[in-house]
Amino acid sequence: MRELWRKPFWPLVVLLLLNLVLAPGFFAVRLQDGRLYGSLVDILHNGAPVALMALGMTLVIATRGIDLSVGAIVAICGAVTCAWIAASPDPTSPGAAIGGIGVALGLAVALGAWNGFLVSVLGIQPIIATLVLMTAGRGLAQLVTDGQIITVNNPLFSAIAGGELLAVPLTVIVAAAVYALVALATRRTALGTLVEAVGINPAASRLAGVRARTLIWTVYVFSALCAGVAGLMISSNVNAADANNAGLWLELDAILAVVIGGTSLAGGRFSITGTLFGALTIQTLTTTILSLGIPPEVSLVFKAVVVIVVCLLQSPKARALLGRRRRRRGAAGGAPPADPPPGPPTPDPDRADGAATPIPAQRSTP
Amino acid sequence: MTTAPPPVVGPSPVAAGGRAGRVPARFVPVLVTFGLFVALFAVGGLRYEAFASGQVLLNLLIDNAFLVVLAVGMTFVILTGGIDLSVGSVVALSTMVTAAMLRAGWSAPVVIVAVLAGGALFGLAMGAVIHYLEIQPFIVTLAGLFLARGLCYLIDLSSIPITDPLFRDLSQTAIPLGEDMFLTPSVLVALAAVAVGAYVLHLTRFGRTVYAVGGNQQSALLMGLGVGRARVGVYVISGFCSALGGLLFSVYLLSGYSLNAVGMELDAIAAVVIGGTLLTGGSGYVLGSLLGVLVLGTVQTIISFEGTLSTWWVKIVIGLLLLAFVVLQRILAVGPRRRRAPAPAPSAPAGRTDPPQGDG
Repeated sequence: MRELWRKPFWPLVVLLLLNLVLAPGFFAVRLQDGRLYGSLVDILHNGAPVALMALGMTLVIATRGIDLSVGAIVAICGAVTCAWIAASPDPTSPGAAIGGIGVALGLAVALGAWNGFLVSVLGIQPIIATLVLMTAGRGLAQLVTDGQIITVNNPLFSAIAGGELLAVPLTVIVAAAVYALVALATRRTALGTLVEAVGINPAASRLAGVRARTLIWTVYVFSALCAGVAGLMISSNVNAADANNAGLWLELDAILAVVIGGTSLAGGRFSITGTLFGALTIQTLTTTILSLGIPPEVSLVFKAVVVIVVCLLQSPKARALLGRRRRRRGAAGGAPPADPPPGPPTPDPDRADGAATPIPAQRSTP
Repeated sequence: MTTAPPPVVGPSPVAAGGRAGRVPARFVPVLVTFGLFVALFAVGGLRYEAFASGQVLLNLLIDNAFLVVLAVGMTFVILTGGIDLSVGSVVALSTMVTAAMLRAGWSAPVVIVAVLAGGALFGLAMGAVIHYLEIQPFIVTLAGLFLARGLCYLIDLSSIPITDPLFRDLSQTAIPLGEDMFLTPSVLVALAAVAVGAYVLHLTRFGRTVYAVGGNQQSALLMGLGVGRARVGVYVISGFCSALGGLLFSVYLLSGYSLNAVGMELDAIAAVVIGGTLLTGGSGYVLGSLLGVLVLGTVQTIISFEGTLSTWWVKIVIGLLLLAFVVLQRILAVGPRRRRAPAPAPSAPAGRTDPPQGDG
């Protein structure tokens, strides 16, 4: 509550403000042929795959795990779908696309179950368990495509990335829907708390009656499924499957989005909105760099700087070193408390200093 | 702990000093790796005529000298329970800096010293952030990965050839070894790195602290060991090794290129894991990492000898090997892990509470 300035949305706000100054046309959105266009739409459209992967990753990280295999799963799903469509009798028919998508998503679930099996049943450290699939998975994808780039020409498949509903790209709608569903499922039911309990102490939560093993298994399956959908979006976007490059390093982007969003890699708590902001921040950064005419390769340097700065600001130790001065200023800024104490205003000895006085005053006005 | 580990048939004659038998289980992964290496090589020798020659064996070292150096540095980091994702990018950055500085007319020795110092400094910066600001190694070194790769692109987007006579000589020198066999200077550097690494780990205070920190950081701190120095130091070593690996790589390719060594951090981590080092830290040997690199190299050689198999089989086989070793470690670790039960093993409880299922 005293730390508004380190909430996950401010890097995005800073970036957007930067664009407001540097690139005047950045916020222009126009409607053409029944679809919205513009930098902002681009950010949402191109950011959807990473946002989805980051969502799955959030839940995995909340259980104190990590899923390095999502980039490989993106490649596998794209490869399988395109190979299936290309091999079907009529590669342009909707049936071929549905079949390919079904097989790919089924495979994603199976791969997620494999990760979950290694982590929850065999008890292997998540980082290595998923490293296995990260290494082998891209090889498998190349095996499926025979090392070639498979191009397909299927209207239904192209519609995943090229289609729109009420002028909004389908990718954005799909990602938004999944986010809404997960937010509802984790925050309006006990599921989120259970996931966090597993992340804080798996043994204790199991003794308390939480099905830790099933939960861990589920989050890995969900993460793989998200990666599978992201893979469909990515390969549909170019109507091709490139086993070498599709989803390359996207697992790192996804993890980054989660961390920028304020979810601790130590597990035990997570923030879905934070992850969303994290994913949008990364994509906005990329789009900004492109729109400013900086060579895209250099964007890695900016990315590194953003990661370092954001992580430094989130690190309790770094904040302590930065000095109490800034924290006090943040408190004086008057961030509203997350949960107002409904009872009589008990004077908190910790808040007895001047900085805390405006908060109760603010709360009493409504 | 003195009598506990009967579950594994102890390969006791290992030269572990007078208290042999204390930790025989610790040597099992390294011995398994060695056995695997021998078995793979034997398979190759049986299948292909020209395979079982000394030069093929030496070529494993020649072609993977830089990876050996990286694996040594990575072993240090992983022994403390950390991870360094930046090594591949630092290798690429080192090749770029080397090539660019040589092109600008600097003399080769100056360039070598500068690159090595730069790598160590890069590691120092990451280590300091990890230890003093308490940010996860995964994230810090991930930022290092992005930063180093981005700096490569800033230097030049295209490949820079190296024409310096010293580098050319190093690249073309063949040290004869018996009849029809040769080594390159890079191999000697790599083997020296392994020797120095093993010496530092086992015979210096710093090395023992590294093991202690990996075993249990809290205990190491309470014992008054220099935990901070060890945790920062391993990243300095890893950065230094990455720079050294980058120099070897530029000698190997005689050019600097931004896209060099993409994903090499994964090879290095895989080699360390296959070499029997626990990713939770505290247990493992530099020699095992050398063997891990040799196993990876043998897989690659066999697949290239086979000719009909495509390169992606390398990835699949490495993934499978990784899996096999991780499961093996898990089985071996069930014993020791139980003894220090309260260790914060991230995912242990499922396997720990009912190991019979965990093995199946």
